[in-house]
Amino acid sequence: MSVLTIEDLQVSVETEQGTKHILRGVDLSIGEGETHAIMGPNGSGKSTLAYAIAGHPKYHVEGGSVKLDGEEMLDKTVDERARAGLFLAMQYPVEIPGVSVSNFLRTAKTAIDGEAPAIRGWIKDLDSSMKALRMDKSFRERNVNEGFSGGEKKRNEILQLELLKPKFAVLDETDSGLDVDALKIVSEGVNRAKENTGLGILLITHYNRILRYVKPDFVHVFVAGKVAEQGGPELAVRLENEGYDRFLTGATVE
Amino acid sequence: MAAETTVTAPAQSEPGQHGLVAHSDGGSAFVPVQTRSERFTSTSVDDFAQVTGLEFEWKFTPFATIKHLTTDDLDGSPTAFSYVESGGATVDWIDRSDALIGSAGAPEERASANAWTRFEKALHVKVTGEAGEETVIRRDRFDGSARAAHVVIEAVPNSKGVVILENSGSANLSENVEIVVGDNAQLTVVTVQEWDDSALHLSSHFARVGRDANLRHVIVSLGGSVVRVNPSIHLVEQGASIDSFGLYFADAGQYFEQRPYIDHVAANTRSRVNYKGALQGEKAHTVWVGDVLIGPHADGTDSYEQNRNLVLSEGTRADSIPNLEIETGNIQGAGHASSTGRFDDEQLFYLQSRGISEEEARRLVVRGFLAEIIQQIGSPALEARLSEAVEAELVRSQAVR
Repeated sequence: MSVLTIEDLQVSVETEQGTKHILRGVDLSIGEGETHAIMGPNGSGKSTLAYAIAGHPKYHVEGGSVKLDGEEMLDKTVDERARAGLFLAMQYPVEIPGVSVSNFLRTAKTAIDGEAPAIRGWIKDLDSSMKALRMDKSFRERNVNEGFSGGEKKRNEILQLELLKPKFAVLDETDSGLDVDALKIVSEGVNRAKENTGLGILLITHYNRILRYVKPDFVHVFVAGKVAEQGGPELAVRLENEGYDRFLTGATVE
Repeated sequence: MAAETTVTAPAQSEPGQHGLVAHSDGGSAFVPVQTRSERFTSTSVDDFAQVTGLEFEWKFTPFATIKHLTTDDLDGSPTAFSYVESGGATVDWIDRSDALIGSAGAPEERASANAWTRFEKALHVKVTGEAGEETVIRRDRFDGSARAAHVVIEAVPNSKGVVILENSGSANLSENVEIVVGDNAQLTVVTVQEWDDSALHLSSHFARVGRDANLRHVIVSLGGSVVRVNPSIHLVEQGASIDSFGLYFADAGQYFEQRPYIDHVAANTRSRVNYKGALQGEKAHTVWVGDVLIGPHADGTDSYEQNRNLVLSEGTRADSIPNLEIETGNIQGAGHASSTGRFDDEQLFYLQSRGISEEEARRLVVRGFLAEIIQQIGSPALEARLSEAVEAELVRSQAVR
């Protein structure tokens, strides 16, 4: 059983106003096949958590640890973490001009597996994943994210999730900007990945709309850079009705 | 009503609009406001004053290194070459008295005029086929002595073909290349510079594009010490069009310059200019000066030029100056863009977050950046070969990083 353990994670970021401490001691433990939803108001540090786990150079780890099956991830480079089994589905995936989706996916798959995938099986996997995500075959020859609509970018993220088969995935507001049809397609992709590989999921979201399609086992409320409350799926329902007001008195991230 | 707009070096004195920053084109060198088409031209070197190196035409060039090409009595005898015969074109030498000589343009500066004065015979490529066949001319037998050369590439009316000049080995050369595109012809001319590290190469291209004809002009500079290829493209008949592309990769100490000039003379002419370059290593220096002139009779002109540079290390310099002159108000469009930037950290992060190593991610980004030009060349064999050449540049430059 794989497990991702985050202990007392403290992260800062350099801003024009100086160093800003954003994460103030985050503790989380995610088991194989589990789905943890992270909810919270704007500016509570949800996306910082996502980028810090993935290793974005903008975020400085001040303390704590992120361990995958006991192995420290924070000492590793971004690509080493990905090869160890971590995946981040980004909120705003960037365009890579001149690099086709198919070239990019094959390069990534080869890097993750340590060897090039067998051509025939790879094409078959690619075709069936794209079909399930209602992506036209012409996507393969387009440049990565170039000219993609918001929904196409998110589907492209989930396509990578399905093909690269990580152990743990952080989904950073994958639901934002999607209409309900796109949301369903993307959610089905996430559920398929979970079913096929026992993926553990850290689902960061501002709305609980996606939780109707991707069922969380646990819900954590993030306030001022740490987990303020946790519970089961019923907590998400309560948050929808009550909002975050009761957490916000006297606690801001500034 | 004709509107006249002249865009030259930005004025320094007037108080600027908030947020408006002067182009970083090397500063305040005085540039007289002069329509490009009024520049002095002559085929005789003696008509030009000695060059000091401070003239706008030369101010970026490491002039001491190439000064002799503007002054010396260059050897203008024909130099052997090899070519791949493919049908659809003939290749031979013609005399300097041939009527074709001078039909596409005349020198605007002294190195070009010096070459024109000294050359004895011109290499003549005549495209007559209509099947778009490829003629590859390999010029790899220049020696270190200072030489003058002249090339005429002619596409007869209604013809279609690809002519590739592949330059390698040593060079100490000033030359002129004339390109004559007959009515309704479609001609692709590619010049590839893969010279030795010490090579000096100054080349002026002059093109005359006929009615409803299209010229696809591609400059690829990967090797040499000082390489300067300046194409002047004259769209002299209705419906003429030019697709002008450039690709360069300057390593430490290399100087690559290109100054495309698009001259919209006739109505309903179209131009697209797109140059992309990568710079890597101490004192890698590239210069792009893109002039577009939309003349008083060029109604309905559709024009766009851009230059993008990707800086891969410290210590490099990329100069990029777009100039646009418009002498008629009745045009479809005219635009320009120029950018010079470092690696996009977000692109690297994205690729690395998918398990791809930093080194490979950098290669993917640069390859992708330059692929946009390579894909435009229109010769599958050359495209494949240049992709490999760029790959080799990347591997070599990463080895020294």
